[in-house]
Amino acid sequence: MSDVVEKTLTALPGLFDSQTGAAKITNRLRQLVKSITELTSKHEEENLIKQELCAMKEQVSSPNTSMKQMREIMVRAMYCEMLGYDASFTYIHAIKLAQQGGVLEKRVGYLAVSLFLNEGHELLLLLVNTVLKDLQSTNLIEACMALTVVAQVFPKDMIPAVLPLVEDKLSHPKEIIRRKAVLALYKFYLIAPNQVQHIHGKFRKALSDRDPGVMASSLHIYLQLIRESPDSYKDLTGSFVTILKQVLGGKLPVDFNYHSVPAPWLQIQLLRILSLLGKEDQSTSELMYEVLDESLRRAEMNHNITYAILYECVKAVYTIHPKVELLEKAARCIGNFVLSPKINLKYLGLKALTYVVQHDAKLALQHQMTIIECLDHSDFTIKRETLELLFRITNAQNVTVIVEKMLDFLRGCNDEHTIIHLVGKVSELAEKFAPDNSWFIQTMNCVFSIGGDLLQQDVPNNFLRLLAEGSESKEEDDQLRLYAVESYLTVLKGHTSHLPQCFLQVMSWVLGEYAHLQGSVDRREVIRLLTQLLDQRSVSSETRVWILSALTKIPEGQTDLILDLAERLASSQDTVLRQQAQELQHLSQDSQLHEWVLPRGAPWDAIEVDSSLSFLDGFVSEALAAGAAPYKPPHQRQEELCEDRALNLEPYSFSLPVSLSSCSITDRQSPTLLSVSSGLSGNSTELSQKAGSSTLILEGVKRVWGKDGYLPQKEATAPLVDEPSAAVQPPVQQEAAERTEPRPELSTRNQDKQQLASSLFVGLGVGSSVSLLGKSEAPPPRFRKKPRPHESSSSSGTSEKSSDSSCRSSHNTTDSFLYGSFLEEEPATSKSAFDHTPKSTTANGLSQNKDTKEDKHTNTSQIFGGDMVIVRPSTIQDKHPPSESSDLTALLPADLKDLPHSDVISLTSDPSLSLSSCRLFRDEALLLLIFISNCTETVIKDIAVQLTCEELKTASLRGNIVDCLEARSTSVCHYALLMDDPHTNVSFTGTVSYQTQPGHTNTLPFSGTLSTADFIRPLVLTTEEYGKLWLSLSHDVKQNLKLLTDAGDPLRTTLNALKDALQLHVVDIIGSEGIVACRLLSSAPCLLHCRVSGAALVMWLRSPHPALPDCILYHCQRALAHR
Amino acid sequence: MMHFLLLFSRQGKLRLQKWFLPLPERERKKIVKDMTTMVLSRKPRTCNFLHWKDLKIVYKRYASLYFCCALENQDNELLALEILHRYVELLDKYFGNVCELDIIFNFEKAYFILDEFLMGGEIQETSKQSIAKSVEASDMLQETMEEYMSKPAF
Repeated sequence: MSDVVEKTLTALPGLFDSQTGAAKITNRLRQLVKSITELTSKHEEENLIKQELCAMKEQVSSPNTSMKQMREIMVRAMYCEMLGYDASFTYIHAIKLAQQGGVLEKRVGYLAVSLFLNEGHELLLLLVNTVLKDLQSTNLIEACMALTVVAQVFPKDMIPAVLPLVEDKLSHPKEIIRRKAVLALYKFYLIAPNQVQHIHGKFRKALSDRDPGVMASSLHIYLQLIRESPDSYKDLTGSFVTILKQVLGGKLPVDFNYHSVPAPWLQIQLLRILSLLGKEDQSTSELMYEVLDESLRRAEMNHNITYAILYECVKAVYTIHPKVELLEKAARCIGNFVLSPKINLKYLGLKALTYVVQHDAKLALQHQMTIIECLDHSDFTIKRETLELLFRITNAQNVTVIVEKMLDFLRGCNDEHTIIHLVGKVSELAEKFAPDNSWFIQTMNCVFSIGGDLLQQDVPNNFLRLLAEGSESKEEDDQLRLYAVESYLTVLKGHTSHLPQCFLQVMSWVLGEYAHLQGSVDRREVIRLLTQLLDQRSVSSETRVWILSALTKIPEGQTDLILDLAERLASSQDTVLRQQAQELQHLSQDSQLHEWVLPRGAPWDAIEVDSSLSFLDGFVSEALAAGAAPYKPPHQRQEELCEDRALNLEPYSFSLPVSLSSCSITDRQSPTLLSVSSGLSGNSTELSQKAGSSTLILEGVKRVWGKDGYLPQKEATAPLVDEPSAAVQPPVQQEAAERTEPRPELSTRNQDKQQLASSLFVGLGVGSSVSLLGKSEAPPPRFRKKPRPHESSSSSGTSEKSSDSSCRSSHNTTDSFLYGSFLEEEPATSKSAFDHTPKSTTANGLSQNKDTKEDKHTNTSQIFGGDMVIVRPSTIQDKHPPSESSDLTALLPADLKDLPHSDVISLTSDPSLSLSSCRLFRDEALLLLIFISNCTETVIKDIAVQLTCEELKTASLRGNIVDCLEARSTSVCHYALLMDDPHTNVSFTGTVSYQTQPGHTNTLPFSGTLSTADFIRPLVLTTEEYGKLWLSLSHDVKQNLKLLTDAGDPLRTTLNALKDALQLHVVDIIGSEGIVACRLLSSAPCLLHCRVSGAALVMWLRSPHPALPDCILYHCQRALAHR
Repeated sequence: MMHFLLLFSRQGKLRLQKWFLPLPERERKKIVKDMTTMVLSRKPRTCNFLHWKDLKIVYKRYASLYFCCALENQDNELLALEILHRYVELLDKYFGNVCELDIIFNFEKAYFILDEFLMGGEIQETSKQSIAKSVEASDMLQETMEEYMSKPAF
């Protein structure tokens, strides 16, 4: 313990005597604290606390302990917990104290509860009754305590219990209660916005409360609401402006002043609200110009709090629709910050500059010397903020200097988050503004070696994609690649043991792919360097795989070296390595095969990966026709295995490791074992999986950075800002000269700075400043990614190749009718179905020939108006020639008419009956309607429908037995189908038995297939709920899907395509990420997280059900493949 | 919105912790450790702000005690400094020339004051007078209850 505390401890007795009641209670605590401070080692402290806790345990369980003693124990328990020791045995007593104690015990009890029990702690349930009682108490203090604890610890599911009482408190006569109630509701709104939706009206009342404190509290809620949907609150702009005017005019009680500034917290809250309301809205902005002006004018006192207000004011001025005078004033204010000797103000000034240079890059010019000083500041935080500012003003001319500064900073930085953050920015700048190849490669080398394995996987992926896809000119691309190869060879010749894995992977991929471009270097040298890496212990097995696949691509004639290596690795412990070694061996011996599998120099786009394995469809359908069982994914087989065991009443939980299920999908994507593009297509799935797990931020994080830098929030500002400052601003050099004028004694140091300034701020002058504002003059990024034509062409390409087989197989998922012909010949089920046929004999053998000439179909469709909207057309069935019975939809019963439904498709027919079906999508079940149409001119009797499906729960609702069906008429039979366990496709079979003549029963078998897609329902939830749910789900699967790139917004287009095909609910789209939710009927939810990564959509699915993500992924793939 | 508020001594001993968002125990301990090491290693004459993950840390030292809070990205750092300052003023008004020992021995009082000042991570009441009044009201009750309880029962 320090001397300071010890010194003070000697003076303790006097101190305590001066204290009254409080000291009495904390007597034991005082002893405890005192004895702890006298100890010398951590070990002694542990022993002492252990003793103390033992004593406390005894005391709390003794029946003789009074409430007062209990309160004292609780204080000690809190102290022990604060020191980091576990006192969980007191938790229940804290609740008891809050429940049974008098007001002062209650207070300590509630405090202990709020410190001990987290949201979600099970003991919290025991608190509900106490809180309810106290909320209803007439004692003001009890009610206050209850409101405080409610806002502090109540979890989402306990809110409904107290909500009505808290709501009532909004009209309590005491303002302190009203204020606490408003804040409690604010907290509820943050946790569960849906639950307080109905009281938005009462928030308005709180806003106009006669007590300014209550009004101020309600602003927290409004800020949140307006942030979410500014448009719904535009009508309140006037009120907010009036309130701010009153505050500025000093109309509030003096109580609200803080260091003689009127209600600063209230002012700032209002400024934030106003800036949200005025954003991109000229008419609303006009309402607030005056008050903003006044705000800027009034905040002139030199105190932190006025600066805090000024900062918000400047931000507001630059956020709303611009007004020239205000912008000028705000810009001057920024000067006050930046030039301030106080470091905190300087920091805030940099932040303000970072914010405003997005609208007017030239503002940075005025403060260039300060910025340069800050760049060399000893304070880490200031430096980082300066780099952030520089990042925003980077252009093609100053990129080298800025990137160098950033790398310098990174080399001296050891904070993980900062490194990840900045390294991403460096690579972004390098990609966007690289002046030449060598600089680009060198910078990326630095990025990889500094960022190392902390790096987000996007960075190496993007880099490799850039190399692989190239730009328009092949020559330039090859130069870049060649340079990379050369640079990597140099790196590998040096010390390699300290290089991060991710850098090694990048290098080995590039060498494998492009080493052949380098004519002067011996192949054997490359192979030697790579094999050297394999021998290093620090190289991870994942990297080894990368190296081996690089080696697979290089050889050509160097068989001896390769065979040597392959032999050595063939006995490796690692199965993946062993397999690769085998492949390597075979490929190096068979050059023809090698050429075929790994074509040298094939254009990147020409490599087609048929991710749906459609070329196997012919084989599959043949096998199915020959009686093979349909494919089941491994986990499904596992489950069935469990079910088969005799005594097992409860199914075991899914025992395969989750990774296996995702593995199977990876395999599904790369059709051959030797994946053609092993570098990217094979590994990238795996890689991006890793990336996703480390980078995913789901909850309400706004994406500010897009592919091309900052997503401009407000382009309208640019032109207006331009005019005044362009007029004021001289070109760079002139400006720099002006700044130096007042300092005649230019030291060399200053000269250095000047030089740095001119290199940093070059391109920000009048001439080129336009480019920064996102105008057409912006130089094109050096490495422009080529649009990937093969994404869109591959599907058509494959379908041409395997024209009839793929066409046939493409139907095998959702559509049964091509297979129907196979199954039709199987009489298997008809026997059993026969038993169910009703035995009612028909007395009437005569065929009642009604022979109504009019067409029943057209008639009925007229009755129903025939205006059914087919909500959910199945893409595949659309390809069918419209069946003659399509107008049967009109026969849908009135109560089901409004449900979304599929087309009517014909199931089967014979001379007398024709069967068609239609699927209706109810929330909790799939309704299968079977239309039985009598094609003859006679009455058909005793029709009985029997439907079976092993995988589904089926229930006949009505109409499966029809005594007699008139000639040319149709009857409808309803089935409800439930899917408990997802299967990608399920087939149902059934029979219809009927009598055309008495005693002569015919049977007509039918069958069909349903897909999981039929059982998927949208799951509507908010982003927050999604985030919570996401974390609670265990089974996840990840896969790269094709992105539909044919429209302006690929992510949105793709998600909409999926939404249309699968009835998903798109929860939110944030930048390049989209979150989507659905559920299997009304049971298991499945959450999808989609992220655009280059030209692929990285989809990550989570669900409580192990098989559901697989199924949904499968259907997503199909849906996109068939677009 | 403030995520948490920590008070710790120059030796890194935690004196008070308030969490406005639910966090598991392990995470809390890690944060406390991170904060103390980060803040205590700051050199003099540096600014009072730090980055930590996606949060902003604002801290200030008053005598031997560090006050440290975490803000979201859109929050105003200077304003947070003033929040800390107002809290110190409140403690000072209540204890009268407050020192670290007042907070060690009467930490529950410090919590009560904080509960009147902040709620759900936002400012609830900025007026020194009002907060003092409502804390005193509870204390008064405490006194009278105590007197009442200590009276002999007949």
